Amino acid sequence: MAVVKLSSGYNIGVEKACCTLVSPAPASSPHAAPVRQDLKLPELSIISTGGTIASRIDYRTGAVTSQFDADDILTAIPALAEIGRYRTKVLYTILSENMTPAIWQELAKAVYDEIKHGVTGVIVTHGTDTMAYSAAALSFMLDTPVPVIFVGSQRSADRPSSDNAMNGVCAAVAAESDLGEVAVVMHATTNDDICAIHRGTRVRKMHTSQRDAFRSIGIPPVGTVDYSTRAVTLTDEAVRRGTRKLALHDKLEPHCALIQFYPGMSPDLLKTYEGYKGLVLSGTGLGHVSTALIPPVKKLIADGTQVVMTSQCMNGRVCDRVYDTGRDLLAAGVIEGGDMLPEVALVKQMWVLGNERDPKKAAALMTTDLKGECMRRSAHGL
Amino acid sequence: MDYKAVGLVAGIEIHQQLDTKEKLFCHCPTTLLDNADHTGEFFRYLRATESEMGEIDRAAQEEMKRVRKFQYYTYKSTCLVENDEEPPAPLNDEALTLGLTIAKLFGMTPIPQIHVMRKLVIDGSNTSGFQRTALVAVNGALPNSGSIETLCIEEEAAQRVKDDIFSLDRLGIPLVEITTSPCMHTPEDVQQVAEYIGMVLRSTGSVKRGIGTIRQDVNISIRDGARVEIKGVQELDLIAEVVRREVQRQQSLLEIHAELMKRHASLENPLQIDVTDLFKDTKSTVLKKAKKILALVLPGFAGLVGREIQPGRRLGTEMSDYAKKCGVGGIFHTDELPVYGVTAEEVARLREFVHAGEQDAVILVSGANEKQTGCAWNQVYMRAKVALSDKPVPEETRKMLEEGSTAYMRPLPGAERMYPETDVLPVRIDEARWNAVAVPELLTVRAGRFEKDLGLDPAIARQMAFSERLPLFELAIAGGIKANLASRTLLATIKEIRRDGADTDKISDDAILAVLHAVGKDTVAKEAIPEILVAVAGGSTVEAAMQKLAPTVSRDELEAVIKKIVADRKEFIVQKQKGALGPLMGVVMQEVRGSVDGKVVSELLKKEIEKVVGGK
Repeated sequence: MAVVKLSSGYNIGVEKACCTLVSPAPASSPHAAPVRQDLKLPELSIISTGGTIASRIDYRTGAVTSQFDADDILTAIPALAEIGRYRTKVLYTILSENMTPAIWQELAKAVYDEIKHGVTGVIVTHGTDTMAYSAAALSFMLDTPVPVIFVGSQRSADRPSSDNAMNGVCAAVAAESDLGEVAVVMHATTNDDICAIHRGTRVRKMHTSQRDAFRSIGIPPVGTVDYSTRAVTLTDEAVRRGTRKLALHDKLEPHCALIQFYPGMSPDLLKTYEGYKGLVLSGTGLGHVSTALIPPVKKLIADGTQVVMTSQCMNGRVCDRVYDTGRDLLAAGVIEGGDMLPEVALVKQMWVLGNERDPKKAAALMTTDLKGECMRRSAHGL
Repeated sequence: MDYKAVGLVAGIEIHQQLDTKEKLFCHCPTTLLDNADHTGEFFRYLRATESEMGEIDRAAQEEMKRVRKFQYYTYKSTCLVENDEEPPAPLNDEALTLGLTIAKLFGMTPIPQIHVMRKLVIDGSNTSGFQRTALVAVNGALPNSGSIETLCIEEEAAQRVKDDIFSLDRLGIPLVEITTSPCMHTPEDVQQVAEYIGMVLRSTGSVKRGIGTIRQDVNISIRDGARVEIKGVQELDLIAEVVRREVQRQQSLLEIHAELMKRHASLENPLQIDVTDLFKDTKSTVLKKAKKILALVLPGFAGLVGREIQPGRRLGTEMSDYAKKCGVGGIFHTDELPVYGVTAEEVARLREFVHAGEQDAVILVSGANEKQTGCAWNQVYMRAKVALSDKPVPEETRKMLEEGSTAYMRPLPGAERMYPETDVLPVRIDEARWNAVAVPELLTVRAGRFEKDLGLDPAIARQMAFSERLPLFELAIAGGIKANLASRTLLATIKEIRRDGADTDKISDDAILAVLHAVGKDTVAKEAIPEILVAVAGGSTVEAAMQKLAPTVSRDELEAVIKKIVADRKEFIVQKQKGALGPLMGVVMQEVRGSVDGKVVSELLKKEIEKVVGGK
């Protein structure tokens, strides 16, 4: 079927054979006049990885437009011009499910370069599906003295109700705040009122489509941004600007995996991971897999795979000393992942194994809190 | 008025809610709830976005003149789709089939592949900022030799509770939108075509009924005037009046233009004169409150700004409506001053300060800040420019006020407001699908059939065919009930007992059928129907009501009752002779409490009376 746009604006599909090309479609309209940037405002850097926050879909080709300069962003979200002046860089234009550890490394390097250039803060626009993974990856790879803010939109930017404008504005405000860590800034409620600032290692997408899908797990958000007043409030837990010295440790071990245990899971499945450097198990409850899985786990560990236990409960801490299967897992050499989120434990394992060759030291690092991912105290329940 | 001479051209757009089980793009029911029953609230801001061609619609831009915060009510009956928190479900197939049925009734051609579009609407009535709509069929025929251009199915907007608060129970109910060609030339034409389309829609038996379930938009222009779209005419009876008043308005605007030309009025780069200080001691509460007051001198406009252009509306009101888009409450103009606390001295001082001559009008725009006031001043200036231009009637979307006058809403939207709904897949309408669409009988045809086959009086036949109770009537007839009994009960009896205070909404179709069948079997007299239905409306079951009000009386029992009554009143009968029948009928009927048909009672009673009279 050929899609025809009628003068009324409606599209209809008709048989291709019914169509005759009279003339090619008119070229895209030229961009709006360049937006003036206020040189007195703080300089922020925006790195785009392909999230829809300020991109436009080209309906002729179905592709997301790759042009993404300051003008494009400021045209899409004019209020940003009142907050800062912007350096922009298009790193990738991909859907976030197509992210890879290699891209995380490139992203970390790009953010590092921007901070080194001297910007007040960095904003990374990102698809929401795997935003939390990327935020965790950068948390481990980068020591940052300034805010590194991940932002996206849950409702596409081509709709008047999109959350992109408010999230974008709140991200820019957060990027100029006193924060000094990697964070995700997204709607805190279904209202256009407040954005939450989530720590990069404690955040999770908890809803497929709602604006307030992102939630901090195990701790409250480290801060909020009030959209109407643009006031940033940081909790005592938030790492402050300038606390950490800029450093990049961007090695990752990609041969790591995350699997979720389920009742009746075949022990044979674990054979797939033979030869892997690391494996994170998302176990049940306090951190369990069935007794049948213990021998293959034991074999993996004996062959040199680091195995870390986390819980599919998401909330709470792993404790493998309570029940028999847990004790058997510990005896087999499984490392308790504390209160780490399963996917954060995976990303951390990639980073730890990429940077530490000694298995004992690597195991110790996995249970040490590096960037707020593994807390010594369970100060907050559900 | 000779509407042909003024070159009246009109077309209509009819929006009819469909009575489907679920909404157009989610699985919520299509029922409306009481605002007081809302279960939650949230708020959002909306921003205009570009079309796929990279342009912003002018109507959307107008709505963006001020930042507006919209509040929404959620209900037990609404879901995340209405909240714009979840992608839409596939296009509701029941609604599509109904759309195709209506298209077939008008002899239209279906679109081979239907594409759902987003029509930009940022007045808050859609949480997403757009209304989903799809062109389903084109080219239909009307009896006045006019044509239907398009049939679309689209989602109903949220209902305004007040100001910027909206109720989400209505959002997403399927609508069919039918657009005629500009094929009407008198106000009465427009009304007749609207009535005809309404009849065809109701012939499906699957459209919603009642106030607000059908809305007409009217497109009107006259020679040298402009196309104006009047939105939301709910009462059919007002359509002709709306057309008459719009013709009057466009003519008046043309006359004002002619007068301005005669006066050689012009408006080149007028000054934005700050007169805030002039009114710092004013008694006018509006001006006193204002942080900024700007004046605009309109040379040659004196007397014209205040001239009535349709009942209750002046050129000044039009300017005021434009200004309100910036958030101000309205404007003042010298054609109406001194009034509203502004004194004659203040007006004189103003005229002197801005150097306004006798032939000039002065507009005062006041607002809460400089930006808002400047915006409103510009709007008034723009509207005044239009009055002077060679197209003095602006193309506009207007809303209907009570009685049929109209007020400015926004510019006519352009094609830029449409872009594809990428979350809904296109739907193919192939030959098999189209051929499978069954066409219902038109209500007018049905009325003719009732008249011919059932022997109903023509007026009753038509009333029955167009009634909401048509399905129940057909069910009763199929069950062997006499047409006259059924139509009388459904059209008259129920109306009468409602008028007398019975809550007839509580009477189920099954209850009415049960009563009709009891009458058909002669176990209940038709005289007892109103009383029984009143009892049912009051909460009684049908059986209990019939037992109480029309207990079963056998023929033997009836004869015994009659014999006793006749025996007790022998003297009376002897005295009145056959004239005793009437008064005694009442006595017997009261005794048997409506459970026996009057005709039977009358026959038996007559026999017994004759025995008395004959045996004398």
